Amino acid sequence: MVLGARMHAVAPRVVLVTGVSRYFAAQVAARLAADPRIDRVVGVDETEPTGVAASLLPAVDYRRADISSPGIARLVTDAAVDTVLHLAVVAGPTGAGGRDAMKELNVIGTLQLLAACQHAPTVRRLVVRSSTAAYGASPRDPAIFTEQTALRAMPRGGYAKDVVEIEGYVRGFRRRRPDTAVTVLRFAPFVGSRADTTLTRYFSLPVVPTVLGHDPRIQFVHADDAVEVTCRAAREEHPGDFNVAGPGVLLLSQAVRRAGRVPWPMPDPAMTTVAQLARRSGLVDFSLDQLDFLVHGRVVDVRRLIDDFGYSPRSTPEAFDDFIAGHGMGAPVDAGGLDEAERLLRAGGRAVLSGLRSMLAAKGDRP
Amino acid sequence: MTADEPAVGDDGTAAKDPSANAGRADGDPRVGAGRADGDPRVDAGRADGDPRADAAEASGGTAEADVWERRIADGLAFLRRRVTGDYPVDDFGFDPELTEQLLARVLRPLYRSWFRVEVSGLDHVPADGAALLVGNHSGTIAMDSLMLQLALLDDHPAHRHLRLLGADFIFRTPMLGEFARKSGATLACNPDAERLLSDGEIVGVFPEGFKGIGKRFTDRYKLQRFGRGGFVAAALRTKVPIVPVSIVGAEEIYPLIGDIKPLARLLGIPYFPVTPFFPWLGPLGAVPLPSKWLIECGEPIDTSALDADPDDPAAVFGLADQVRETIQQTLHRLLLRRGSTF
Repeated sequence: MVLGARMHAVAPRVVLVTGVSRYFAAQVAARLAADPRIDRVVGVDETEPTGVAASLLPAVDYRRADISSPGIARLVTDAAVDTVLHLAVVAGPTGAGGRDAMKELNVIGTLQLLAACQHAPTVRRLVVRSSTAAYGASPRDPAIFTEQTALRAMPRGGYAKDVVEIEGYVRGFRRRRPDTAVTVLRFAPFVGSRADTTLTRYFSLPVVPTVLGHDPRIQFVHADDAVEVTCRAAREEHPGDFNVAGPGVLLLSQAVRRAGRVPWPMPDPAMTTVAQLARRSGLVDFSLDQLDFLVHGRVVDVRRLIDDFGYSPRSTPEAFDDFIAGHGMGAPVDAGGLDEAERLLRAGGRAVLSGLRSMLAAKGDRP
Repeated sequence: MTADEPAVGDDGTAAKDPSANAGRADGDPRVGAGRADGDPRVDAGRADGDPRADAAEASGGTAEADVWERRIADGLAFLRRRVTGDYPVDDFGFDPELTEQLLARVLRPLYRSWFRVEVSGLDHVPADGAALLVGNHSGTIAMDSLMLQLALLDDHPAHRHLRLLGADFIFRTPMLGEFARKSGATLACNPDAERLLSDGEIVGVFPEGFKGIGKRFTDRYKLQRFGRGGFVAAALRTKVPIVPVSIVGAEEIYPLIGDIKPLARLLGIPYFPVTPFFPWLGPLGAVPLPSKWLIECGEPIDTSALDADPDDPAAVFGLADQVRETIQQTLHRLLLRRGSTF
């Protein structure tokens, strides 16, 4: 039945992508703009795209607009948009210009955009970027979250709260517009050869602070897989909620060592202080939900995505290895050095053994 | 180690006859074959706990040197994998290498020499495929679960890993939670239990929970209430056999005579144990008494043949009671068989 629905699903003609000044949304918009079946891709953001994002956008019809203003409704109606990709959900306050601005963009932006979609009869498909942060992170949660796992307690930390609120609005939209296919993509944190996020900067620290007594299981999604899945959600029809993560897990200690970094375990209260200090100094933009992530970890089930999209994202260890290689990180000593060290230690062990043996033999000879 | 070294000295002449040593090392299938094939994890673990392997080592200089060189090489390879993070863990955070190399090695002396655990009925635990092991819980700390885990790893012909289900208290506690996950445990909740069982794992559960391990010494071998029977629903839903496991011996390791409630509340733990030796003797009081242990895995209950609805509380409670009764009766029988406590 799902397959049938996909076959009958019409390819989008006019796509609206929000948040295109950011690299991820810009990549998605550029990929869709290159698709000959799609007539027009409208990209909106309240800031002008710069750098790599700007270079990706020549084929995209960029409109500078604030999605948290009612003006967005006119844009959706005038362009006769049939597919909306809401990717303007920001994870950290730094990029958005403070926590208030971040909440404004995430929550009010989503609210306005959904209101615009609700009154636009042309809209038939909506894809929303969400996060696995929507599940929270606590010791009372099952080890692996499926799309049906209910939230136990409101997570602490701005981003996670925003995500929970956004998903609430999306549920409301689904009820009011049952004719629209709504896809919610809950992404694990991005890594990749070029991804630059709070978490990738965290792993780039020379000494990585971790929480003493906790070695959480963590999961990532490769940024390229995230783009691919989002594009498929736009082109095909996959109504429902989907976890998007690389199968498999890494332990935090394992990830730190694979990145060639040294873990620095510190007690939870100290870690909170360090996180706040780091945040204030602008070194690392760290929020409390990320701290919870580093204490309890978060692992999701990706079976539904693989079955429904027919696409398997790179595994978490593979994605992380690509991130390490792309950022020129890795073991502080190369494999050759490790081999050398192992040989030396083995020779040393052998010498100690033969020394011990001759000592004992001498003792044994004595009457 | 110290026991081996003088033996080498005494038997120093053997070192001069390499053919004899080679013959001896090959003659012992555990040492010879174990070293030859490429899996250092399992073999190193097995050979270590095997008194015969130690005897073979002590019998000659070269054989002993080979074994020790092999151990150093294995140890270094292990350390290297640890330092570079190059080892697999499953989605639950289970680290089989760490469990076999570290946890099993630490527990093995307790299992073999201290508690002298005798296991029976291991043929009731399948060699492959899932099963739910349901046991009685006792002993102030959950030593019984660890011993059952080692029993399946060492003494089951298929050397199976037991995936324990633990209370959320464990996963909230720093260190303990980390260690529990790495040793294969996960939170006692239906999604996790059913996922593990569907993956074909052997899952261990102690439905009495803290009521079981935290009961007084005077209540020993009296099974407590079996919670909500969630484990029965998990087994019914995944259609895996339930194996009742009766453990005798854990009750006496820390005879619980009291509970300092205010201290427990202060530390955020379920109870603060008082035994005849703890906390009076400090760390010495934390040494478990060397009681004799018997573990019996009973006749499996084939849930796929039952016509019970996992959502019907009456059916679930009925089956839970049946398991509880079986364990209780087996406990009485094992106690008679054991005779003296030590």
